[in-house]
Amino acid sequence: MNALFSWLADPAHWSGSAGIPARLVEHLWYSVLALALGAVVALPIGALVGHGRRGGFLIVGSANGMRALPELGLLTLLVLLMGIGLLPVTLALAVLAIPPLLAGTYSGVRNVDPGAVDAARGMGMREWQVLFKVELPNALPLILGGLRGAALQVIATAAVAAYVSFGGLGRFLIDGLRTRDYPQMAAGAVLVAVLALVVEGLLALLQRAVVSPGLRGGGRRSPTATVGRPAPAPANPEPVPVREPAGAEP
Amino acid sequence: MIEFRGVTKRFPDGTVAVDGLDLTVDAGRITVFVGPSGCGKTTSLRMINRMIAPTEGTVTVDGRDVMSGDAADLRRGIGYVIQQAGLFPHKTIRDNIATVPLLLGWSKRRARARADELMEVVGLAPEMAARYPAQLSGGQQQRVGVARALAADPPVLLMDEPFSAVDPVVRESLQEELLRLQGELGKTIVFVTHDIDEAVKLGDKVAVFRTGGVLAQYDEPGVLLDRPADGFVDGFVGRDRGYRKLGFLSDELPLAELPTVRVGESAPDGWSLVVDPEGRPLGWVQGGGSVEEATVVPGGSLYEVGSGSLRSALDAALSSPSGRGVAVDGDGRVAGALSADDVLRALAASRADEAA
Repeated sequence: MNALFSWLADPAHWSGSAGIPARLVEHLWYSVLALALGAVVALPIGALVGHGRRGGFLIVGSANGMRALPELGLLTLLVLLMGIGLLPVTLALAVLAIPPLLAGTYSGVRNVDPGAVDAARGMGMREWQVLFKVELPNALPLILGGLRGAALQVIATAAVAAYVSFGGLGRFLIDGLRTRDYPQMAAGAVLVAVLALVVEGLLALLQRAVVSPGLRGGGRRSPTATVGRPAPAPANPEPVPVREPAGAEP
Repeated sequence: MIEFRGVTKRFPDGTVAVDGLDLTVDAGRITVFVGPSGCGKTTSLRMINRMIAPTEGTVTVDGRDVMSGDAADLRRGIGYVIQQAGLFPHKTIRDNIATVPLLLGWSKRRARARADELMEVVGLAPEMAARYPAQLSGGQQQRVGVARALAADPPVLLMDEPFSAVDPVVRESLQEELLRLQGELGKTIVFVTHDIDEAVKLGDKVAVFRTGGVLAQYDEPGVLLDRPADGFVDGFVGRDRGYRKLGFLSDELPLAELPTVRVGESAPDGWSLVVDPEGRPLGWVQGGGSVEEATVVPGGSLYEVGSGSLRSALDAALSSPSGRGVAVDGDGRVAGALSADDVLRALAASRADEAA
């Protein structure tokens, strides 16, 4: 423990291109890239499949399949195929980000009160308006829940970048292991954990800021209200079973 | 005016929801589609704003086939109210109501001003404007649903079982409210319900559907109760239809003298009606002696002379502890007494008139 603290307290470890701040920025950069790529893939697919209210089994199947991929093996394979570079690292991490984002977006859109969607269409919203004005805003708690899950997983796993000679906080783990510098390894592990928790906290704040107050729990509510309030968002939403779509002409 | 001409809806699985429907909905009136579940009433309603496309036949609104032109444009010109309101949970009440005006390209300010105006029309307090749907009761949500449908002042209003999810007391007040609104607005309203009481109460005309999507009878509610077209309609309209029909008769009834007493005065033997200083009924007392507030028995329902139906007159007589129904004038002051026999005699007289 003391060795860990003295390693962390050593000013030499807090400066230069191999110092903690530089590694932290690298780590965040890989994570952001991976999350952005994951979102670009998962959000449109989840939103469109949720909006169409069919094909949910594909989402469930592919999300579960991706979850089962061994990360280190995938990264090794990608590096062998593409050579060492930022792209295989980003791709390997994005594969982790996609399942929670996809599941959150799909189930968020899919679970919007069918009455609200029917009313939106019946009042003359076009399909894209139904999606962007009603379904996505109401799905936001679950989408952000998916984002939080994805961020946690990507940040925790981004240490593998060091395995293929990239930077990030993983360097402390890999280098520490090679030189049997256990305090350095421990410091790396602690830093990754702290970073994940801090980002999780920031995303929770973001969620409070952007989700409509009408969707938050705790709103004053009359006891005779009959229309259900959406359930609070779980951190890792699971897709829901597919219901039969209503016979609506789009 | 809305017209169904030979309209059939067959779903891909082969179910026929609506079968050869010919029906004309009068402009400016309330037309109710009623029937058991699976009778095609909701499907018929949803074909008017093209939420469902007919398989055969045409539906026209003001002479225009709904299937011509753009569906979204058509729907923006037709008010739409559904069961459990279907409000947008993430939007405030004001923004929910402003939905269609905003879709039509009104400025935000004008749309919100219109929303505030409509909240007043449907009887919602102004402080509700900034609240969210989950903070409202079911009845309040339904009022918002009606306000939202009226926002762009569409000539046609479609209402799909709008009051079925609220409790009976709230439902009754919403029904009254709708009739009051309709008296002011004169919209063409198509209203779907499975409740025959609601249908005869609200409808200027009632269309009874039977399972399989066939129109069984289309008539004014009084005619429906009086002369059901067949056994199905008779069975659906129900056993109380003779009693319900009294709701559509309002013949003049002979009123008997009704002696009244006030609190503190001495009452004669038997039942006496206690009134307040303005002559409004408070309740009944039995037996002689000085009248005290604590001994007053609550009275039954009241029959309002001039506007009350025979149904309310009969109920006044049956619900009164003394057996004498209390008739009141427009200001709520006691006008006289009536008995159940009086009501039955009036009914017999009206039958004789009809036969003559």
